[in-house]
Amino acid sequence: MSMEEQKEKADWPREKPKRDKRGQKGSIEVDMNPMVDLAFLLLTFFMLATTFSQPQLMELVMPVLPEEEDVEQEQPVKETQALSVVLGEDDQVYWYVGITQPEVHQFAWDEQRVRQVLEEAQNNMSELVLLIKPMEASRYENLIDLLDEINAVGIERYAIAEVTKEDRALLPAD
Amino acid sequence: MFKTNIPVKTPKPDMNPMVDMAFLLVSFFMLTTTFKAAEPILIEKPQSQSELKMPERGIATITVGEEGRIFFTVDGKYTRKKLLKMMGDQHQIDFSGTEQDEFALLPSVGLPVEQLPGFLALNPQQRKGVDQPGIPCDTARNELSDWVVLTRVANPGVRIAVNADKDTPYAYIDRIIRTLQHNKIYRFNLITELESTE
Repeated sequence: MSMEEQKEKADWPREKPKRDKRGQKGSIEVDMNPMVDLAFLLLTFFMLATTFSQPQLMELVMPVLPEEEDVEQEQPVKETQALSVVLGEDDQVYWYVGITQPEVHQFAWDEQRVRQVLEEAQNNMSELVLLIKPMEASRYENLIDLLDEINAVGIERYAIAEVTKEDRALLPAD
Repeated sequence: MFKTNIPVKTPKPDMNPMVDMAFLLVSFFMLTTTFKAAEPILIEKPQSQSELKMPERGIATITVGEEGRIFFTVDGKYTRKKLLKMMGDQHQIDFSGTEQDEFALLPSVGLPVEQLPGFLALNPQQRKGVDQPGIPCDTARNELSDWVVLTRVANPGVRIAVNADKDTPYAYIDRIIRTLQHNKIYRFNLITELESTE
């Protein structure tokens, strides 16, 4: 490599190769702007199309449906263990302890109050069994929120149960 | 005197590294993107603090609208093809190969099974215009049950997820839970969105 050539290499980006008037061999400069524009357009598109927030899953385990011959063997829940939470229409929450002739409490959905009830039950009742009883007209969101609170408080024995005739009789008719 | 002859040229930056970078990112995003499957109806998910992420594969989703319409979908083209074939066998409908291919690309189904051949014959643009009535799911006729059972046959590892709108009355959810219970599916997932903490 001659000295001249080396020099040329060293300051290559700075100095453009001088255009030869006689017109030959100069490297052609391509306008890259459109390509770059396109590249960035695609980049933006894919960045926006990517699903960043994946939905969360909540696991729900339902009890095995009792076979007809098993019904007798079902263990009844003791009165002192049972806390029932009924989700009603218009975000109403009813809760009571026990099964026969309990004292029914009612309030409109409020996360703090729900948590308070659950925490108290968790601390004061031994072998707590929580029965969630959503009425037909109750909203799905309330059920999810309640399950969320149950998980937060750490109640392990809970089940979604049917609202029975007895439960309905306890609720204020409207 | 001297005439200073400084050229007033702006230096041209070398754009090659930037372009390289841009294309690298483009290819990265192209390869990693999995497109959101179009949801058949608008679902406003309830929020929870659950930390379990939804897996991208092996999940069958039952979507329930606010008015109780039920849609069903499962990921995996082969699973879907197999599923449609079995569904056809069950209901004495012979789905052709093209219909199976069409079904494999369908985002979700919300029709009674006998309306499927007609629906699959439409082009994607026309399909959007069809107001799907939802999969029948009551005691007289429970096709959701067939879909779920046959999906489990087509792909035994599949997990079932329920995607319901937060304002759905519980009665509709109850129907689905019962259907799953009757099919001995006791463990399933409810799809929620991460609660925004203010």
